[in-house]
Amino acid sequence: RDFNERCAQCSEVNWGLTDGGRYYCRSCHNVTERTREVVNTDFITNSRVQTISKGLKKQEKTDGGCEWYICEGFQLVLKKQAEALQALGVCPQMKDEILCNFWRCYLQKSKQAYCKRPAGETVKALSVCESSTDVDSEPERPSFLHLLSLSESEGDLQTDCSFASSMSKVSESTSVYSGSVDGSLYLMKNQKEKLRMTMPMTLSFCYMALLWSREPITLSELLRFVAEGHIPYLNVFQHFPEKMKLCGLDLKIFCVESWPVYEEVHNKMLELAAFLDLPRFPDITDSCFLHPDMLCIKYLMEANLPDELHIWTCRVVKKIGIGEVDFLTLEPGNKSTRKVKYDILAAAVIVVALKLLFLLDDHYEWLLSDFAEERNKNNKEGGLYFEFKKWYEVVKHSLDVEQKKLDEERAKYLWRCEKPLFYSVKNKSKVLKRRQMVVNLQNQFGKLSGSVPRAEKPNPSSFQLSWSEEDTDGNCFHRHSLKGVLQEKRGLLTAMNPDYWLCTVKLCNEKLCGHLAHYREVDFPQSYHFVLRLFSFLLRIQPSYIHDEVCMIEHKLFNKKLYKKLKYNTVLRK
Amino acid sequence: SSHEHKLNFKKSKEACLSYIQDAMLQQQWKRAAEFLTFYIESLEKDYSREPIGPSEMIWRIGTEILCHHSHSSMREFNCFIEQMKTLGIKRYLKVCLEHVFHLLCNGQIDEAYQNLSLAESWRFGEQTAIQDKEMKLIQAYKGLLDYYSWSKQKNILLEHGPDGFADLSVEQEMHSSFRKAAVNLKEIIKIPGVWDLFVKCYVDMLEFYGDHNEARQVLNEYAYNSKFPANPNAHVYLYEFLKRHGESKKSLISALKILHDIAPSHELMIDFNTMLQKSKKRKKRRLGLEVIFAALDYAGWKENVKAWSCLARQVKQIVISDKHLDWIKQEWNCRKDWWPAFHFSRYLAKRNWQENKSLSYQKALVAGILLGKDCKYFKYVSHQGCKAQVKRFRMLKKLVNRHNPIYLRISS
Repeated sequence: RDFNERCAQCSEVNWGLTDGGRYYCRSCHNVTERTREVVNTDFITNSRVQTISKGLKKQEKTDGGCEWYICEGFQLVLKKQAEALQALGVCPQMKDEILCNFWRCYLQKSKQAYCKRPAGETVKALSVCESSTDVDSEPERPSFLHLLSLSESEGDLQTDCSFASSMSKVSESTSVYSGSVDGSLYLMKNQKEKLRMTMPMTLSFCYMALLWSREPITLSELLRFVAEGHIPYLNVFQHFPEKMKLCGLDLKIFCVESWPVYEEVHNKMLELAAFLDLPRFPDITDSCFLHPDMLCIKYLMEANLPDELHIWTCRVVKKIGIGEVDFLTLEPGNKSTRKVKYDILAAAVIVVALKLLFLLDDHYEWLLSDFAEERNKNNKEGGLYFEFKKWYEVVKHSLDVEQKKLDEERAKYLWRCEKPLFYSVKNKSKVLKRRQMVVNLQNQFGKLSGSVPRAEKPNPSSFQLSWSEEDTDGNCFHRHSLKGVLQEKRGLLTAMNPDYWLCTVKLCNEKLCGHLAHYREVDFPQSYHFVLRLFSFLLRIQPSYIHDEVCMIEHKLFNKKLYKKLKYNTVLRK
Repeated sequence: SSHEHKLNFKKSKEACLSYIQDAMLQQQWKRAAEFLTFYIESLEKDYSREPIGPSEMIWRIGTEILCHHSHSSMREFNCFIEQMKTLGIKRYLKVCLEHVFHLLCNGQIDEAYQNLSLAESWRFGEQTAIQDKEMKLIQAYKGLLDYYSWSKQKNILLEHGPDGFADLSVEQEMHSSFRKAAVNLKEIIKIPGVWDLFVKCYVDMLEFYGDHNEARQVLNEYAYNSKFPANPNAHVYLYEFLKRHGESKKSLISALKILHDIAPSHELMIDFNTMLQKSKKRKKRRLGLEVIFAALDYAGWKENVKAWSCLARQVKQIVISDKHLDWIKQEWNCRKDWWPAFHFSRYLAKRNWQENKSLSYQKALVAGILLGKDCKYFKYVSHQGCKAQVKRFRMLKKLVNRHNPIYLRISS
């Protein structure tokens, strides 16, 4: 009920609520003894919901649940994800300042547009206040977010039956069922324009915050950590407090049954950045982890390639200007610049460098390798020359082993968790019974699996493949020399390889068909495909996306020559 | 852009299934069980649009694994099956039936019977009508187990002889088993199908109680009703029944005729040929020749002395009487290209002579007539036989020499 009394001290009617649930006057900070039954707020630690409600007031539900809004759910999710990132070593500012502010900005921009209310609806003002410090000491902090109210009665909303699965009996009645207050409204179609929050978008938020803080985690790494379970995503609702009951349409929103894909998360992040009207992000300079020169070091190590190759990747980067601050830094408002995918870019640079030095046409690289092998046999001093063949065998072996493991892991994903989910109270018992049977069967066959217990989550690691220099088998190629493939010309070291083949002569229009080129394994040399496959595994993306970046780099690199008519030749002389 | 490579629940479970399949094909039961544990949560997802849902998959896969895994026990199996029964109402009776089969295979007859009785009394709205076929099968197998009891009780009685009161209860049980069995067995054999075991058991009981008419009717139906699939055994059962009851040669022959048509390599063809050869009717004797040639087309008969002696006898008889050589010509016409290599090679001559003199004798006779005295087989065997101074081989030689030109007429 509205508290309409005038303040004893200042005669204003401008009330807020303290922590203890007492009314206080916002104008003069006079705290009264009047309390009101407050919705239990202790589950939201990052913000406080204060309600001055009109009209029907929802009591705490009899089942111990409480009112909660979808955005509160997402807020919790983000909080959990940020905490996980912090545990991985990300700085606390990312969570407390950057991500938090992004989220608030989003709430402001999106919720203000919740205007599609039929006339005559009551308006419930909700203010969300930052509570990182004591509320009482900052009573003047304006409530800068407003949530417009939703219809109190659930009964007059038609369900969109396509959202509910056949397990729910929602179609039997027209009432919309969700544990949250606004679950159904959330899913209604006209929300599209407002960049409705989704689970994959939580990762976009995280990535955006990581990018802003220039943390040394790439998007592919982030997604890998998610898939490995180090960052909550699947079944994150397990962390919701007991009182936040999740059912009905909430499931559609919070329960995902697929892993988010790089492109999806990246594109959403860009959309989001534009939506929030963010300014130019902090500069990505050459000392940043995300700079191609830096990332190349990491990927070269992981790919077991010689350190010397770094000189060449740097040369490529410099030549085509992709190491420039303006190229690398994200400007959400600028629609004309191509948005940089740092990890894919770095991988593609390495691929191009390999092509420059080894050609990778399924002939030349083996030839070079034979020479190197000869030389290595006869001359053990001065370090080993890099042999492509040996490298290929070693890396392929490890790659196959890891890929096989990954494929098996993917087949073994458990998507459900202990916390049962049901669409409606009606099928709750059915769901629980089913869950019980599943657990029984899992136990029964688990015993028959032999003594292999489910391996503990591996510790999160930045490197998926590692090569030890102490390895006596000689399987580590970091220190190997590229002298075998280089020659000195006029005082400069250049590649012996005089040729280069372009992946494509003409680039596609990315905006039209989504790709710069269309990669088909059969059209390209197997060595090239192998290299793509290697980075595809490391970054957990499809080879075609690396191929796109390779095409882009090549076209920048050979821009002048391409421009000069070479339509008929796909082999260029450097 | 479409994210076809996106990993989602469905794809993950499909991959899981293929790992299970691979493991099962390679008999790696532990690995199959391991992957099955990850597949099981599919039960919590709605698959109503798929033709085969996860519950059926899990039932079938789980059964296989539990059957083969070294550490699984019957108790575990039974427990598993009980859970499976609750999973799919539409499959309930099928699961029951397969459970019963499994129990029978493991010698748990009583448990099987209990399960059959339980299943028989199951009712579930319209599902009962929909699963009518399975219900009939359940009743049929129950009938079969009742027959089994009847048979045991009968043997007890027969062993002890008419001993008076001590066996009265057994006798009563026996009759009661008969009634129960008869009701169900009679029902199932009405439905077109292959019910060999059920028919045999039913007829066995009928004969015991002296109801020969009913028995004959059942067997006739089973053999001659065109709605039933062609089944050699049906004719065999009928033939054996008629033989047991001393029926005429005419009815015996007509019983075996269709058997010859559908299973020319059946072992009863020898009996058939024997009967036909002796017949006064020319047509029947002609048929006899056809029957014995057809039987010897099959590799399984190559070393069957009886079969060869039948053929030899008939061929000899025809040749000596010089009547109906055209019969031999007709039969030989489609065989002359391949029988020599198939039956009458030199290698076989040696082997047959070494392993079975009677066989080689009979074959040599046939070879000599059909291929002449200079054919490899005959030459070798008769030479060996004469060398060994076995009388009949000398006679054979004479016979073939005398009738040598015949082979020319036969093969032209």
